Amino acid sequence: MFYALSGISVLAALWMITRRSPLSSALSLVVTFLGLAALYAMLDAQLLFVVQIWVYAGAVMVLVLFVIMLLNLREEESRMAAASWGRFALCGILALGLAWKAFGVLAGVRGIAPPVSSEFGGVASVAEILFTRYLVQFQLVGLLLLAVVVGVVVLAKRAR
Amino acid sequence: MVGLHEYLVVSGLLFLIGAVGVLTRTNGLILFMSLELMLNAVNLTFVALARYTGSLDGHVFVFLVTAVAAAEAAVGLAIFVSLFRLHRSVNVDQMNAMGE
Repeated sequence: MFYALSGISVLAALWMITRRSPLSSALSLVVTFLGLAALYAMLDAQLLFVVQIWVYAGAVMVLVLFVIMLLNLREEESRMAAASWGRFALCGILALGLAWKAFGVLAGVRGIAPPVSSEFGGVASVAEILFTRYLVQFQLVGLLLLAVVVGVVVLAKRAR
Repeated sequence: MVGLHEYLVVSGLLFLIGAVGVLTRTNGLILFMSLELMLNAVNLTFVALARYTGSLDGHVFVFLVTAVAAAEAAVGLAIFVSLFRLHRSVNVDQMNAMGE
């Protein structure tokens, strides 16, 4: 089950960065997000499972698809630029660095999940910690969302 | 039950794919989606570690990251729409007005 879900997620992500048309990229990203949501459910994170489907696979991707269709984007005009070999080299260095760090970290990881109560990851238990220990951060996110609303309205008004 | 290793490897792979997408693509919207993918890879790490340490702090962080990412999506897409009106394109390689 885990291997099927993570395989689907990783394959859809690979598909996303290799497609030329933004529309098929966006649709395969939705598949990745749904796969990740299922992985959250396997990790006993019920609230985050729902949030992932609503916010990411729902709201964010609908917004992206809406913009793609609004701008009527076709295939990408320019294929890889002349300087892209440097970028691929950078990707290779990044991959090697990540693999090197990962081997170091994973060697010290022991993978035994402790038993948790049935409320773990439910709405009530996450809300309890969110509204007590992380109340300030929660308020700051509210402030950020207010600023974003104002900013987007300003951006949309000034464009015409 | 699957061990923590597997989740971390999947998360690393997704992060790497997102990073490669950011570095190699020139379409602004695909760049943006790769960025979202990187955020999601980190979220998977948070959730997996929260499960394997038995503490819920990771869930709160994922919740906050999701809120910030949604806000970023709204602003980023508004900027892309404005840029498209200006340049008739969302190709980030052509946006070098400050470098001239």
